[in-house]
Amino acid sequence: MSGAWKAADVVGLREETTTARTIRLRLPAPVPALAGQHIDIRLTAPDGYQAVRSYSVAGATPDGFEITVEELPDGEVSPYLVRDLAVGDQLEVRGPVGGWFVWRAEDSGPVQLIGGGSGVVPLMAMARAHAAAAHPAPFRLLYSVRSPESVFYREELESLAERETFDVTYVYTRKAPDGEPAGRLDKGTLARHVLDGGSDPAVFICGATGFVEAVSGWLLDLGHAPDRIKTERYGGMGGTS
Amino acid sequence: MGIVSSGFMGRRKRDVPGLPPGQYLTEDFPVLSAGPTPRIERDQWVFSFAADGSSRHWDWNGFMSLPQEDILADLHCVTSWSKLGTRWRGVPVDALFEGVETDAEYALFHSYGGYTTNLPLDDVLGGKAWIVHEYDGGEIPPEHGGPARLLVPHLYLWKSAKWVSGLELMAEDEPGFWESRGYHLHGDPWREERYG
Repeated sequence: MSGAWKAADVVGLREETTTARTIRLRLPAPVPALAGQHIDIRLTAPDGYQAVRSYSVAGATPDGFEITVEELPDGEVSPYLVRDLAVGDQLEVRGPVGGWFVWRAEDSGPVQLIGGGSGVVPLMAMARAHAAAAHPAPFRLLYSVRSPESVFYREELESLAERETFDVTYVYTRKAPDGEPAGRLDKGTLARHVLDGGSDPAVFICGATGFVEAVSGWLLDLGHAPDRIKTERYGGMGGTS
Repeated sequence: MGIVSSGFMGRRKRDVPGLPPGQYLTEDFPVLSAGPTPRIERDQWVFSFAADGSSRHWDWNGFMSLPQEDILADLHCVTSWSKLGTRWRGVPVDALFEGVETDAEYALFHSYGGYTTNLPLDDVLGGKAWIVHEYDGGEIPPEHGGPARLLVPHLYLWKSAKWVSGLELMAEDEPGFWESRGYHLHGDPWREERYG
C-alpha cells in the first residue's frame, strides 16, 4: 500500500554535481515503481519534529530505487540529504505514488522528454526503463541546464545515446562548452530539436514552473495536442524542499 | 515517531497554528498541473451545471451577476506545502444551487483541459466552496487556474479544480482525475487523507 511508511536503507551515494547527489535506497520488500513516479521521504529530528518532501524516482534497482536530490539554498530537507546523509543510515519512505506522469513499456509510440535542471530526474527514470526494455520506440531528451558542470547522469546519457532509439540534446542556459552557444531555450531551438507534432509523440516536461509554462505553450503553438503533453513542476516548491 | 536522523534539526517553525499534520509553510504559491495551462478567454468561458437530466449555463457576465463573496482561505497541497491567509473573490457554490432540488449526494467538477474531481455535496454546500475569479485583488493568473477555479479550502488543493468549466450531480461517488490515480477519494488534510 502506497500510504504506509517503510524504513529504507541508504546503500549507495553518488555525487552528480557539487550540489546534487543520487541516493540508492534498499527496501525491505521489492516495490514496483513506474518510470516517472515519486516517493515521499520523512525525516524525524531528535526532538520529534518531522518534515516530509516528495522526490522523483530516478530509476529502479533490483531491491529498491534511486532518487537524485538537488540541494536548495533555503531548503530544509535537501541540504541534509545532499550533505549529511551517509551510507548505512535509514530513511522513512512512502510510495512510489503517482499514476499520471509515467511512461509504461506498453506505450508503443515515440516519446519526447524535456527537462529543465533537476527536472531531468523523472525523465531519466523513463530513459532507463526504455533502455532496460530494449524498447523500439524513438525516445528523445531535450535537457536544458545551466552549464556542463550542472549536468546529471552525463556518462550514462552518453552511453544511452549510442543506441539508435535514444537521442539527447543539451541546451546550456548560462555557460556552454567551447564553441557552443549559451542561452535560454526558445521556441525556435525547441522546434529544431523536438519530435514533430505530426508524429504524435507523448511529451513529458519537467522543470521549474516558468520553464514548463513556456515550453508547453510553445509546443501548443507548434501543433502538439494538449492531451499528449504531461507536465510536472517543481519550481513552485519555492526553494523550500 | 519514526527513525530519528540525528544530524537533522529541521529549520521550520514547530506547531504553527493552522498547519495540518505533515505540512510545512510556504510563502510563495507553487504551481502543480498535470498538463499545459489551457488558454481560455473570458468571452468564451462558460460554466455548466448538469442536474437530473437538465442543465443550466452561465457565461462570464451571467456568472458575475451571481452573488459574490470575499474569502480568506488557508491552502493545503498534498505535496506537503501549505499557504495560509490567501485572499479570493467568487461565487459560493450554494448560489449555483438556487432553485435546484436534488437527491444527488455527490458532484463531479469538470475543467477545461479534461481534469475532473469528485466531491460530496456536503463538502461544497453550506459556505464551504466557491468558484473564484479573483486572487489577491486581481485576476487569477492562468497557471493558478484563471479565469475561474473551484476553491474548497478545507480539503487538499487538488480538489480545488483549476480552469473549472462545470459540475455534474452524481448519485454515486465517482473518482476524478487524481482520485483514480492513487489519491484519496475525500482528501481531508487534518486527517491526512493523501493516498487512496
